[in-house]
Amino acid sequence: MEISTRALWTLIHGMGFGGLYLLACSGALVELWRRYDPAAPAPVSRRDETFMATYLLVMAGLAWLAVLSGAYIVYPWYRALPPPGTLDLHGYPQQLLIADPATSGWHELGMEWKEYVAWLAPMAITMAAGVYLRYKGQLRRLPALRNAVLGFVLISLVAAGIAGFFGAEIDDHAPVRGGAILHWMQKG
Amino acid sequence: MEPLESSPAHAAPTIPNGSGAAALLATGLGALSLALLSLTADKSPAIKDAMIFYAPTGPLSGVTTSAIGIWLLLWLLLDLLWRKREVALSRFAVLAFVLLLISLLLTFPPLAHLL
Repeated sequence: MEISTRALWTLIHGMGFGGLYLLACSGALVELWRRYDPAAPAPVSRRDETFMATYLLVMAGLAWLAVLSGAYIVYPWYRALPPPGTLDLHGYPQQLLIADPATSGWHELGMEWKEYVAWLAPMAITMAAGVYLRYKGQLRRLPALRNAVLGFVLISLVAAGIAGFFGAEIDDHAPVRGGAILHWMQKG
Repeated sequence: MEPLESSPAHAAPTIPNGSGAAALLATGLGALSLALLSLTADKSPAIKDAMIFYAPTGPLSGVTTSAIGIWLLLWLLLDLLWRKREVALSRFAVLAFVLLLISLLLTFPPLAHLL
């Protein structure tokens, strides 16, 4: 069993940082909705506050790691240009996609949307974490602020979902491959 | 019933809502700057070239770095201005959310190509 370093980085970027971020979004939405509702019966304890602050900070970390690893590690491999006369475009995913009308949309719509929309997620969740660190349990007495934070977390989920969907499809049609091969298991 | 020290929201002094409004509005404007920079880099070859901060990543590097810089600077400035004040939070929250939605739409290539 083997994997190329580029494929491994794509996995770390998409399924690691991005996938974990998407999973974490639902938890943040539920917690902000349920526990910080002005009418919620139970008080917000110091333990709740520490948990929520840590949770949002970890989410922000995941979101930044996802976009930074995508933009500065995986994306340069994706958009690399082949030397003139190259016929086999499998090492050049962007060129491979746009060379075929049946797949060009994955770049022209998918990647061109994904490369920018993804950045809304770390911005929105960092804002949510910053607001939470400042107000903590007092979010309950500021329903407009709590609702706006919820809205931003929801938009960050949508943005990360768009990026994740197109990332998975693009990697399916023109995977980023190459670099050193890592052998995980060998027979004999 | 929980002890008082485990219910800090009820014990802590009330924080003015200005910081919250500053964070929301700065993020809405930061998101809009991201969308507008990506749009202008797409339309203007000169801006596209100027946005190449790191060649392997292309204009994406400059657009995102500039937008993040604008966002953080706005957040800092608005927070300094509003942190001790009560402001019209609902109005700023709606405005920030609308800006974020517009940004989301402006990054959608078919819509961006129409502009």
